[in-house]
Amino acid sequence: MTEMLSVVDLHAEAGGREILKGVDLTVDQGETCVLFGPNGSGKSTLMSTIMGYSNITVTSGQIIFKGKDITDMPVDERAKLGIGMMMQRPPNIYGVKLGDLIRVASPQNGEAVLADADKFKMSGFLDREINVGFSGGEIKRSELLQLTAQKPEFILLDEPESGVDLENIDLIGNKVHDLLYDSACPGRGRHVSSLVITHTGQIMDYIGADKGYVMKNGRIQCRGNPLELLKEIKKNGYGECDACRMIRL
Amino acid sequence: MQDDKAVREALSKKGAYGADIDLDRYEEGSRDAEQISDLKDSKYSAYMEKVGVIADEMNRSGTLMFIDNAPSHCSSAVQEGLEMMPLSQALKVHDGLKDYMWKAVSPTKDKYTAKSYLEDSDGYFVRVKAGYHIKDPVQACMMLDTDRTIQNVHNIVIVEDGASLEMITGCSTSPHANDSLHVGVSEIYVGNDASLAFSMIHNWGKETGVRPRTGTVVGKNSAYTNNYVILNPVGTLQSFPSCTLDEGSSALYNTMCIAHEGSDIDTGGLVYLNGRGSSAQIMSRSISMGGHMCARGRLVGNAPEVKAHLECRSIIMKDGGSTSAVPELEAHVADVEMTHEAAVGKIAQDQIEYLMSRGLSEDEAVSMIVRGFLSGSINGLPAELQRELDEAISQANLGD
Repeated sequence: MTEMLSVVDLHAEAGGREILKGVDLTVDQGETCVLFGPNGSGKSTLMSTIMGYSNITVTSGQIIFKGKDITDMPVDERAKLGIGMMMQRPPNIYGVKLGDLIRVASPQNGEAVLADADKFKMSGFLDREINVGFSGGEIKRSELLQLTAQKPEFILLDEPESGVDLENIDLIGNKVHDLLYDSACPGRGRHVSSLVITHTGQIMDYIGADKGYVMKNGRIQCRGNPLELLKEIKKNGYGECDACRMIRL
Repeated sequence: MQDDKAVREALSKKGAYGADIDLDRYEEGSRDAEQISDLKDSKYSAYMEKVGVIADEMNRSGTLMFIDNAPSHCSSAVQEGLEMMPLSQALKVHDGLKDYMWKAVSPTKDKYTAKSYLEDSDGYFVRVKAGYHIKDPVQACMMLDTDRTIQNVHNIVIVEDGASLEMITGCSTSPHANDSLHVGVSEIYVGNDASLAFSMIHNWGKETGVRPRTGTVVGKNSAYTNNYVILNPVGTLQSFPSCTLDEGSSALYNTMCIAHEGSDIDTGGLVYLNGRGSSAQIMSRSISMGGHMCARGRLVGNAPEVKAHLECRSIIMKDGGSTSAVPELEAHVADVEMTHEAAVGKIAQDQIEYLMSRGLSEDEAVSMIVRGFLSGSINGLPAELQRELDEAISQANLGD
């Protein structure tokens, strides 16, 4: 399998504090990688760093995407290369309508996706200011609608199922599935790669998972079969990861 | 009757806000103007279009045009209930009109109003008779066409009981009349159960001085909307339109400004909530591109069950100028709900990058946010004005 993304000994800081302390991780083409880890371990920061958000400064290490060093690349160029991100808490964009952004950002398939907005339960939101007054579930559906128009080759999903009620979890799970699989060609399998942060593992019921990483204190502590890792974390918490790492070392 | 002596004394009274302008620097504007029968063939049509005045008058109920101090065009689709003509003519036709003269704006307010009063300025007169709803907007265009002159106009708009009107006024300067002064006194009367949306779009010269004086009186259970737009460079502009509200009425002031380098803009709104249950909103959105911007808002609650909110937001895109937001609340009874918020700063980087993460370039992201900031987050703009505004914003050269 070809490598889609590789993060090499990545150190990064935000607000003068080192948050990523040497992260190593790879995602292959078509692969779904799950990222576990306790709150504050640096998972969301890692995603923002891969997307290129400027509130985080890379101090050393590299991010390689499709064979290209993108460590210093601006956000829009990363997006054009094929990276997309579903944020957990995106900013409010006052005065900019959701529909207008989708139309401008995705001239090719924006209109088609907007026509399908009711399938995301978003048709009533296209004339609303982006994220302003959106509920947790509405933010997820808005992000998914935007990503569906954007068609990235690699997607960063930051807790796609968190804060979503039971009624909407199916919708969100299925729409994330559609982002990763080519529904026009079911035989082709999963063609879009992703890195997914999850605490409950619920999203894995919809998209499957090939590889699991556990992040703790700014480092990848462990990698392995995602289902087994989840079982272990559910049983023993992240405390066990420390012990496990000590034994391995 | 006004005491002419008091008004003459007021000629030396400086305005309460804004730099003082020496009126003697300017000649009086011409009282003769070329009569234009077809606006779209006139040399002014391009200037008119920039300020929302449609030269072919499509979807407009009528057009009044002034060049310097003289009427040059007045046309209206035959529409029952609507009356429009130069003020000088209206005063001859309507005896009762003098009861509306200088009642919403005092001639002794400052030197600018005194000047208009003493010169007996002409202007436009628009009246909607009781019970009539005028479907398409009425438009008025004020062209400043002679350098080193004062355009000194006096306008009166009356929307009678149970009537409604939307009005768009565009003010523009010919390129050769850059160093000139516009003083416009506008007195606006909205009756009971009536509504008026009054939108002003401007395109002045880089050195033009602008000192409009606007007063609005609103009756019971009526709605008044005041939209003020200036996106292009101006020399110095100061305006603080005021409004009094009777029982159950509402006022909405929307201001959208760009202060370019060399521009000094001081504007906002002042609302007296005099009637029980009246409400007001003053919304200001401004951008400093290196110019000076002062957004003022003042709400005075004089009656119970009054609700009012004031919001000044300002983005600074370029250093070199200054930006201030001056929100004031004043209440004289206990049972009022009055709030304000003000924010001044740059565009948040995370907002720009969020749009960039969808594939927009940084410039595209900034311009989208700025456009949205100026017009998109303000509610209650007439659809027609929204279109004009989008057009004007796209031409405002924000990257400069």
